[in-house]
Amino acid sequence: VERTSLLKMMEISVAEAEKRTGKNAVNMQETYTVYLIETRPVDAASEGTNPVPDSLWRRYSEFELLRNYLLVTYPFSVVPPLPEKRAEFVWHKLSADNMDPDFVERRRVGLENFLLRVASHPDLSSDKIFYSFLTEENGWKETVFETGFQAKADSRLKALNATFRVKNPDKRFAEMKHYGDELQSVISQLLRVRARAADRLYGVYKVHGNYGRVFSEWSAIEKEMGDGLQSAGHHMDAYAASVDDILEEEEHYADQLKEYLFYADALRAVCRKHELTQYELEMAAQDLTSKKQQREELATGTIRTFSLKGMTSKLFGQETPEQREAKLKMLETQIEEGEELVKERNAECEEFVKSAWVDIERFKEQKDHDLREALISYAIMQISMCKKGIQVWNNAKECFSKM
Amino acid sequence: MSGFVVDSTVSSGNSSVAIPTDISGQILDLDEDDDLEVFSKDTTVTDGSSFNASMQTSPASMINQYKFEEDAEDTKDIFVTVDNPESHVTAIETYITYRVVTKTTRSEFDSSEFEVRRRYQDFLWLKGRLEEAHPTLIVHPLPEKFVVKGMVERFNEDFIETRRRALHRFLNKIAEHPIFSSSEDFKIFLTAASGELTSYKKQGPGFLSRMGETVKAVAAAVRGVRNRPQEFTEMQEYVEAFSQKISSLDKVTQRIVREQKEYLEELKECGPTYALWSQSEEELAEPLKDVAGCVDRCCKETEEQVKNLNDNLIPVLHEYALCTETLKAVLRRRDNIQADFEAKTEALATKKADRDTESKVLSLAWDSLVGRSPEEVKQQKQQTLKGEIKEMRDDLDKAEDRLEWANNALKSDWTRWQKDMRTDLRSAFVDTAERNVNYYEKCLAVWESFLHSQRTDAEGNGNVDFS
Repeated sequence: VERTSLLKMMEISVAEAEKRTGKNAVNMQETYTVYLIETRPVDAASEGTNPVPDSLWRRYSEFELLRNYLLVTYPFSVVPPLPEKRAEFVWHKLSADNMDPDFVERRRVGLENFLLRVASHPDLSSDKIFYSFLTEENGWKETVFETGFQAKADSRLKALNATFRVKNPDKRFAEMKHYGDELQSVISQLLRVRARAADRLYGVYKVHGNYGRVFSEWSAIEKEMGDGLQSAGHHMDAYAASVDDILEEEEHYADQLKEYLFYADALRAVCRKHELTQYELEMAAQDLTSKKQQREELATGTIRTFSLKGMTSKLFGQETPEQREAKLKMLETQIEEGEELVKERNAECEEFVKSAWVDIERFKEQKDHDLREALISYAIMQISMCKKGIQVWNNAKECFSKM
Repeated sequence: MSGFVVDSTVSSGNSSVAIPTDISGQILDLDEDDDLEVFSKDTTVTDGSSFNASMQTSPASMINQYKFEEDAEDTKDIFVTVDNPESHVTAIETYITYRVVTKTTRSEFDSSEFEVRRRYQDFLWLKGRLEEAHPTLIVHPLPEKFVVKGMVERFNEDFIETRRRALHRFLNKIAEHPIFSSSEDFKIFLTAASGELTSYKKQGPGFLSRMGETVKAVAAAVRGVRNRPQEFTEMQEYVEAFSQKISSLDKVTQRIVREQKEYLEELKECGPTYALWSQSEEELAEPLKDVAGCVDRCCKETEEQVKNLNDNLIPVLHEYALCTETLKAVLRRRDNIQADFEAKTEALATKKADRDTESKVLSLAWDSLVGRSPEEVKQQKQQTLKGEIKEMRDDLDKAEDRLEWANNALKSDWTRWQKDMRTDLRSAFVDTAERNVNYYEKCLAVWESFLHSQRTDAEGNGNVDFS
């Protein structure tokens, strides 16, 4: 976690979650969850005092609003994702209900993670709206809307159009977009497979609980075998119960994968923005070229390109020299403006490419580091599961040998 | 000797041990001097439901003379294996035979090694013979005829292998049994060439006599037993309860196998997914490939573990579930023998009452009509009755002996069976637990080696902190 100036100043956490009821936009009763954001000055710990942290409550929709603002305002940044809106990739024991306490708890952790990610981002961390999100309970929403960010958002149609029509996107961005697609696809598949395997593993462990019951009943009719059977049965019960903790830990691993599943989307968003800026540059350049061509034709009297004007003048007669002069003057102005526009857009494009690529590189390093950690923690989980298994079955073996 | 010692000092002065012919050979080996002169080798094949008249001592004394050695394994003198299944095709049918190899040092066998081929029918025949000869001894169950559930084909490899193992266990249980192992039928089964066996099978009680026995058995069953001794009632209760427990365990274990198989199906997709991912990555490619490898190796271990359960624990549980049917049948047969005895006792009492009342009745009128003197008639009737009563008394004595024999045989075989059951089930569960420990140990090693490789990588690159 990078020590940005924000994090050097304050500690951030999402400490609690609570249920609330209230009237919603269409004046109907609804139940929703709010999360407590706590901030504490960093010096507090070193001073030895432990002041009460500043805190405020936010609901998930406010987090979404914040993120949308960041997406529009920092299009060249790979903006950290929020934890999922609805529970997906669930296996049978896991609830898909948003109100389920386990889901709420995992969401709380995810929201805290989101805030820390933003707070450690070199560009996003210094944003004022973000700061007031953390510190100003009332009026924050209005402040966000006042920035007018919604108007700046690119329409979906515009973005899609650009993706299809852009001619020369930066190769690196095209590759990144492709990588984002692959990452999303493979992590989705992994999460699906993992959830199904978890379901099955749950079944295996739980059925062993039946051994406990039957051994206990059986021990009642035996004389010498009774004790061994009874105690072995207890170990079988313990084995069956152990799967709950195991799978809870695995859920945490799944959450880590999910974060990068959603990050893939953020990555692709940056690449699409590049395509858009590149496309707008190409459009402006194309426009300029055609205007220059028109000027040439008008000046030399040769018609190289088909134009409606040209056709109509052929049909209805030539224009007067005064009309031609006026047209030329207009074209000159347009060309001047066009050249300005191209220069602007070119600069925008270059600026975007530079900033975006920096953040993409930063993201790559972060991803490599985090996912490697995740794989390692997965291995540690498997090891812990194996150790538990060894212990239980060794105990059971001892009991069985006393049968 | 296979776990059987004759204590020849128990019954006062009577050192002869009169036991049905099929273990006579056994006795001869033990104490040739003492037994040889008193004992007469009766070679008639015993018909199970009627008692062999060569019984010379009370069955009670015999029981004291069955002592089971604790370490029978060390004194084992017969080794039987069942292997090498082969299919045979004839015009009429296709069937499987198994090779049965016997190695023995017993003197009643003509040689020390035998190799024969037997089919399932032959095993069925042997089991039937042993049950007929010893209705209240416990014969280990045979694998079932065919498995209807799951539509297993008779010639499916797994089915044949499972059956082969069960047949192997069956013969070994017979060989370890103090009485069965010296059965003539058993010996013939192990040694006779196929042709010989076929003709031997044809001897033995004919259809009619077997029918007769079945009718008797049904009659006895209908009659029911009146005064069953408490210990046999307790045995029956135990068998009921045990039967439920063991069949539950069988079901639970089968369910575990099913769940494991489904888990395996899902797990098999994990490894390839990690491998696929590694293709899109640079830095992460190596660790992802390693994880894929680990998951694949764990898959193999899981497969192995499922196979173990299937091959080791399930067959044992299943066999003991089948055993409970045998136990129930044995208890039923004992009950029938007692019912038969009770019926005969009643009949004799009735006859005696008849005799007593008869001596008081003067049916002079009719008899004088047919020209016989009342005294003559009375004498005649008394004679007939006396003869009938003597016959019935002899019959009753035999029935009593048979009952006592049956009870004692059952009691001692019950003890033997319980001991065997305890040993078998204990070792099956211990074995299973051990295999599970091995499974987890292997998976543990797989993941630890992954961690280790990541650690050395990280230390090499100088980044990740593992604290």
